[in-house]
Amino acid sequence: MSTISLKSVRKSFGKTEVIHGIDVEVADGEFIVIVGPSGCGKSTVLRMVAGLETVTGGDIAIDGNRVNDLEPMERNIAMVFQNYALYPHMSVFDNMAYGLKIAGMPKAEIAERVQTAAKMLQLEEYLTRKPRQLSGGQRQRVAMGRAIVREPSAFLFDEPLSNLDAKLRVQMRLEIKQLQRSLGTTSLYVTHDQVEAMTLADRLIVMNAGVAEQIDTPMHVYEHPASIFVAGFIGSPSMNFLPAKIDTGRSTLSLESGANVSAEGLVLAAQSGREIIIGIRPEHLELASPDRADLTLHIAAVETLGADTLVHGSIAGAGVDGTKNASFAARLPGNARIAEGETLPLRIADGALHLFDRQSEKRIAEI
Amino acid sequence: MEKRVTFKGWMLPLLLLTPQVLVTAFFFFWPAWQAVYQSLFIPDPFGLRSQFVGLGNFEFLLGDPFYRASFWTTAIFSSLVTLASMGFALWLAVMADRLIKGSGAYRTLLIWPYAVAPAVAGVLWLFMFNTRVGVISWYLGQAGYDWNHVLNPNEAMGLVVIASSWGRISYNFLFFLAGLQAIPKSVIEAAAIDGAHFWKRFWTIVFPLLSPTTFFLLVVNIVYAFFETFGVIHTITTGGPQQATTILVYKVYSDGFVGQDLGSSAAQSVILLVVVGILTIIQFRYIERRVHY
Ligand SMILES: Nc1ncnc2c1ncn2[C@@H]1O[C@H](COP(=O)(O)OP(=O)(O)OP(=O)(O)O)[C@@H](O)[C@H]1O
Ligand SMILES: [Mg+2]
Repeated sequence: MSTISLKSVRKSFGKTEVIHGIDVEVADGEFIVIVGPSGCGKSTVLRMVAGLETVTGGDIAIDGNRVNDLEPMERNIAMVFQNYALYPHMSVFDNMAYGLKIAGMPKAEIAERVQTAAKMLQLEEYLTRKPRQLSGGQRQRVAMGRAIVREPSAFLFDEPLSNLDAKLRVQMRLEIKQLQRSLGTTSLYVTHDQVEAMTLADRLIVMNAGVAEQIDTPMHVYEHPASIFVAGFIGSPSMNFLPAKIDTGRSTLSLESGANVSAEGLVLAAQSGREIIIGIRPEHLELASPDRADLTLHIAAVETLGADTLVHGSIAGAGVDGTKNASFAARLPGNARIAEGETLPLRIADGALHLFDRQSEKRIAEI
Repeated sequence: MEKRVTFKGWMLPLLLLTPQVLVTAFFFFWPAWQAVYQSLFIPDPFGLRSQFVGLGNFEFLLGDPFYRASFWTTAIFSSLVTLASMGFALWLAVMADRLIKGSGAYRTLLIWPYAVAPAVAGVLWLFMFNTRVGVISWYLGQAGYDWNHVLNPNEAMGLVVIASSWGRISYNFLFFLAGLQAIPKSVIEAAAIDGAHFWKRFWTIVFPLLSPTTFFLLVVNIVYAFFETFGVIHTITTGGPQQATTILVYKVYSDGFVGQDLGSSAAQSVILLVVVGILTIIQFRYIERRVHY
């Protein structure tokens, strides 16, 4: 049981800085997921906590003790790797017992701990096998077992499920979550899969280019994304963005296309003329009659998923990325019968607008 | 569909095969047969007549204390060469594997000795250890050690072992380094997190995972020490002093070409042939089912 704290942690490889100062306090027993696109520095952060990379700036503390200069083995953490990193020449039992043997634990106790972990992970029948005789999911469990038996103060996971097929991934995701809940061990979990991130995390760290853009609960991140990056990264299909201008006089947001979006419920005092970007999640769009519509979507493709219907298309007027027509997606009920090639009048659900500053790309707080 | 190449007649395939068959026949089967055949005879010193003696040559050899001593010498020599060249190469490879910068230059420098022919290497080492003008023997003299491999059998053995191992280190180093780099980094990191220090990791994780490489090199190096070190021994000690460095291959040469005892020399070749055969079988069996996990 323990806490982990990162204080303006930086990392440079040679002259290139890849982590530009990360601050986070992980509470005892908390499950923190670090999510972000490839190359944003997730693994680097995790490896610094593990002691596999040196820290070039700031402090990392585990349980209140600064660990910057400690070897990995002195930090009392356990790590689960993407490629499992099992010892290929050792049996499952020996893989799990390795750390305990080195710690000089009595044989009887080692056997007991390994048995308990094996039972928890349904690995009892496989204890004498070598890793190569196991399936991917079983190997992943052995890696988990190796972490569990040492009863570390924290678990560190680096994309532990990304080598598994989709179905197994969902199953293992649930198992990891249950396991962490029952053990109550503080965990840091790295993934680039936002579903994994949303489902596992007590709190999310959304990283982009070496910076933590937002640290909050999954729901809060979803409902109040702190920046355009976060808004676009969390949620699938991703949030729609349109450039707009605040027009206080009429209490509307005027889109580049000339259309106006009602800004009812938003207090935009003295913001007139400010250039912004509005964000609308696909699920916050509803079919409307043409006269009540906020937007008209030119349909390009329709995906019928059963429960939902995803409509992809474009909205007249420039997109935020400089395209002529903003690409747009809407998630409508599964029973909405929509033909391709039509135009679709859509209404934005009440209170569903996200506003971002066009320059800083940060969220504009509802003033 | 027929994937094999089909020929209309049998002339062309025969023609294509001929060079290889001739080379093999001329340079392997013919000498091998000659060795087996001659091992059954004792020719007179002028090579005019030979007398059939059956397995007499072999009987004599196995009873000959010098020949048995040569077996023993070979065993010591090849163990030392194998151990020294592999041990040192492994150590260098482990160090090179830890390097992040400059490992390219380091590697290139370490490969060079492999390009030096054994006989040339022998001469180089002979110069350095020359009892009168050698650099190393001079320093040893300064340090109070009187080096004389011409008289001292142990020093002679030491010198041929050093000279034979030297070029071999490069070869072994390359294989060990490749083997080390094939071990996933995360496995080593997992062991570090599990509490294993460098040497503990080395002996419990790295070394076992290197075992296929190690075993392969063991066989290859023994074969090398048995057969390919002739040049080194010939240039440095010519088998002396008092046969202290006469390994089996060298004895074939010295008994046959120097001692003119062709029958015995042939018998020795046959024995060596059997030894190579056994080593080759081990090697092939190993390559067929590698030690893998
Ligand atoms: N040993 C290294 N030397 C130099 N640069 C490195 C090193 N390791 C990582 N980097 C750089 O640091 C940045 C962050 O890498 P990191 O592995 O943390 O990304 P990541 O978020 O884990 O990505 P992925 O999802 O692809 O695993 C990348 O730009 C990468 O090129
Ligand atoms: Mg990574």
